[in-house]
Amino acid sequence: MTGHRSVTLLTVLGFGYAFLYLPIAILIVYSFNDNRLVTVWSHASLRWYWALLENQQLLDAAWLSLRIAAVSASISVVLGTAAAFALQRLRPFFASRGFEVLAVMPLVVPEVLIGLSLLLLFVVVGDAVGWTVPRGAATITLAHATFGMAYATVIIRARLSQLDPALDEAAAILGATPWRTFRRVTLPLLLPAIAAGWLLAFTLSLDDVVVASFVTGPGASTLPIVIYSSVRLGVSPQINALATLIVVFVACLILAATLMTRAGGRAHGRL
Amino acid sequence: MRMASDARRLKTLVVGGTTTWLVIFTLLPFLIVLAISLAEPRLGVPPFTPLLECGDGIWPRINASLANYTTLFSDSLYVEAFLGSVRIAATSSLITLLIAYPMAYAIARTQARLRLALLMLVILPFWTSFLIRAYAWTGILNSNGLINSALLNAGLIAEPLPLLHTEFAVHLGIVYSYLPFMVLPIYAVLERLDWTLLEAARDLGSRPLRGFLRVTLPLSLPGVYAGWLLVFIPALGEFIIPDLLGGPGSLMLGRVLWTEFFNNNDWPLASALAVALLAMVLLSSALLYRVMRRPEASS
Amino acid sequence: MAPLGRPAGPEQPIISIDGVSKNFGAQPAVVDVSLDIARSDFFCLVGASGSGKTTLLRLLAGFETPECGRILLDGEDMTGRPPYERPVNMMFQSYALFPHLTVQNNVAFGLQEERLPKAEIGARVAAALELFDISGLAARKPHQLSGGQRQRVALARALVKRPKILLLDEPLAALDKKLREHAQVELAALRERVGITFVMVTHDQEEAMSIASHIALMRDGRVIQVGTPRDLYERPASRYAADFFGAANLFDGTLAGGSGAVSHVDCPEAGCALRVTNAEGVSPGPVTVMVRPEQVGVHKTAPTGGNVLPAGVTNIVFLGSAHVCHFTLDSGKPVQARLSPTDMAQLGGLGSGDRVHLSWDPAAGRVLAS
Repeated sequence: MTGHRSVTLLTVLGFGYAFLYLPIAILIVYSFNDNRLVTVWSHASLRWYWALLENQQLLDAAWLSLRIAAVSASISVVLGTAAAFALQRLRPFFASRGFEVLAVMPLVVPEVLIGLSLLLLFVVVGDAVGWTVPRGAATITLAHATFGMAYATVIIRARLSQLDPALDEAAAILGATPWRTFRRVTLPLLLPAIAAGWLLAFTLSLDDVVVASFVTGPGASTLPIVIYSSVRLGVSPQINALATLIVVFVACLILAATLMTRAGGRAHGRL
Repeated sequence: MRMASDARRLKTLVVGGTTTWLVIFTLLPFLIVLAISLAEPRLGVPPFTPLLECGDGIWPRINASLANYTTLFSDSLYVEAFLGSVRIAATSSLITLLIAYPMAYAIARTQARLRLALLMLVILPFWTSFLIRAYAWTGILNSNGLINSALLNAGLIAEPLPLLHTEFAVHLGIVYSYLPFMVLPIYAVLERLDWTLLEAARDLGSRPLRGFLRVTLPLSLPGVYAGWLLVFIPALGEFIIPDLLGGPGSLMLGRVLWTEFFNNNDWPLASALAVALLAMVLLSSALLYRVMRRPEASS
Repeated sequence: MAPLGRPAGPEQPIISIDGVSKNFGAQPAVVDVSLDIARSDFFCLVGASGSGKTTLLRLLAGFETPECGRILLDGEDMTGRPPYERPVNMMFQSYALFPHLTVQNNVAFGLQEERLPKAEIGARVAAALELFDISGLAARKPHQLSGGQRQRVALARALVKRPKILLLDEPLAALDKKLREHAQVELAALRERVGITFVMVTHDQEEAMSIASHIALMRDGRVIQVGTPRDLYERPASRYAADFFGAANLFDGTLAGGSGAVSHVDCPEAGCALRVTNAEGVSPGPVTVMVRPEQVGVHKTAPTGGNVLPAGVTNIVFLGSAHVCHFTLDSGKPVQARLSPTDMAQLGGLGSGDRVHLSWDPAAGRVLAS
């Protein structure tokens, strides 16, 4: 590689990463700004972080969001593992092509449509059986599990397709029943993918405004909904602080997960 | 016959369970949207007319009308929202491509041990909150935001530039949010590219630029198509970015749907918009998919 | 169709395949195969890819269920019995070592599934590791092993269960040529030592010939010939078998009604009638005469007796231990001969374009019914 070329490439990367990271960096820096006017720097302080701790509405919303995200991510990976198995190992079955389309549908369908359609589902089904579906944390969890499942399916299926099918056969001929084979061979080998799928479903749930806005009811305001209604009114220093915390939290989660899977990958080898 | 029945029971459970979930939470909701798009709004709970009513005879009366769709195609508001969605999604996808391609190329050409870290740096923002990343720009583009204060202080402008709540800001937001989706597939293709092909082209007399245009670019097209698919399609139905960064003029379908539903409480019209949006998304996916599957694109 | 296997001896065969067929969709993979395999045999299934040999092995393992027919293992009907309840073990082409388990735990896997006491598992695993000289690798993961080491772990894992039958699916395909020849000898010696029946699938006829006590040749889902390696090489039953096992010169012709020990095959390709001695039982009509290259003699002056054909030298390939010489008959038909260095020295050298006489004994040629 010539020196001239590498300078060009470095410049490209420099600008690219600056574009990706500067806005977030600025947001983080200004979250430590003491001034009520977000863009006028006075001096560094943790003032807005202390304010956050006293904002009960935000804390409640955050706790609710974390619970919804954890539960829906767990449902997502269970369903996603089952769907990945169905698509990768149990074919052919009745309408498997349609199954495949439905399973990835939430990946291409706009969020507004997912939100609207699930809300209408809850309303119409409730109407039909004469029982109003109580909208709130439960409906949000179901909705999040629905699109979380699509992402989990894709990730877990990709891993499943890399596994040598002879491993299952080897377990079977060594005396393991299908269920034992799953427990002792397939599941341990899928675990990194299941963890990745869970993490993705978790962060997507934690980030969702649109779908939650449709299917939620009175009293169930998730953190993104609260943030969004505040952000629509303009920039606020408290939100800057909250955003910083979320970014740091998610970044730590992802970094830890990456390091873990890399360590796990090294221990398991790649066969 | 034990294995056969064991395996069959397991298969029935796994396939049956997931199919049931998918039918209830994915297929059925779409069908309901389709049905309600044929209803009419009314005051009440739920705010739309029932599709089936007890008629005089045995057969229920079907109240279906295409009125909502007629509105969509005749009212200039919706037509503009359609065109706006396609235009904004297309131009911002193009800008994303122009930024992402050089980045992917640069990452693919650095030393192997650095690549993973560089790639990780592209993926990381994708994991951090979408909402917060869009929000971050409001602080920068504001009339008293970072850019305007800097320009004012430098004396370059006398009045703050209108940056936020413009179509420019919407483009910026989409490019910024979806950049990783364009970089990754292009990188994936470039990384597997056999660079000796480029050397062969040089050997046959191609100058670097010609070699790039005649060898590298055509071979990386599958990645470009995949990236385009991953940016253009979600951008079509984007709601948060136009709502947060766009002005009243930046009409996009997702936002219009939201307004019809939440502000005007017109569920049937929102449903009709949803059907139209879905049709548009599926149509563009199918088109792009066909282009990707062309034999010369997947060499 | 009568079973193609050798006639049942006094001892019951350990594997008895009876009229088994298997289709994949509309594609027949195994067609009406009947085959007996004797206890303690080293049996090879050979054939080109797509001949159904792997499917037959997988039917024995229980990974596939036959559409019709029965499979008896040690006298017991296995039809519909799942793999995990069959007295067989298998070594996979990819070895299929569990990547998340150590060598020790890979080998222990099958015994743990049998719910044996921990102490017994420990003892048997240790013995198996010892037998295959991999005790030092017990704590390693599969990806930390070389190809040869993986192969031994796979064998240890399959044999530690003490199966009645070991199935091997192209077990040596992943090894390079040198290592493979060594492993062939080891595998045959291993079978001697453990005493159980081995059934191996391979596409490599040389490997099958060097390792097996009996071979079944498969083509298009059918077993077309069964026998010892010698049988198949010296007395192939068909043109396909002749060509599959080693090089062969094949002459198409018409068998005239023979009288006495020597028959005549009218052969325009050869330019004359070929004399053959082993045409009993072959009815007059179109036939193929096969002659192995090592049975073709090369002479500068025409010899008397036998089949003698004038030919020109096309080219000569030196292989070290032998010369493979290519000739062209006057009819344009190519013929191969394999000459030892001594033969070559007696000829006083040979070069392209030389005119020579090729000959072989009438007993060396084999008549194959078309």
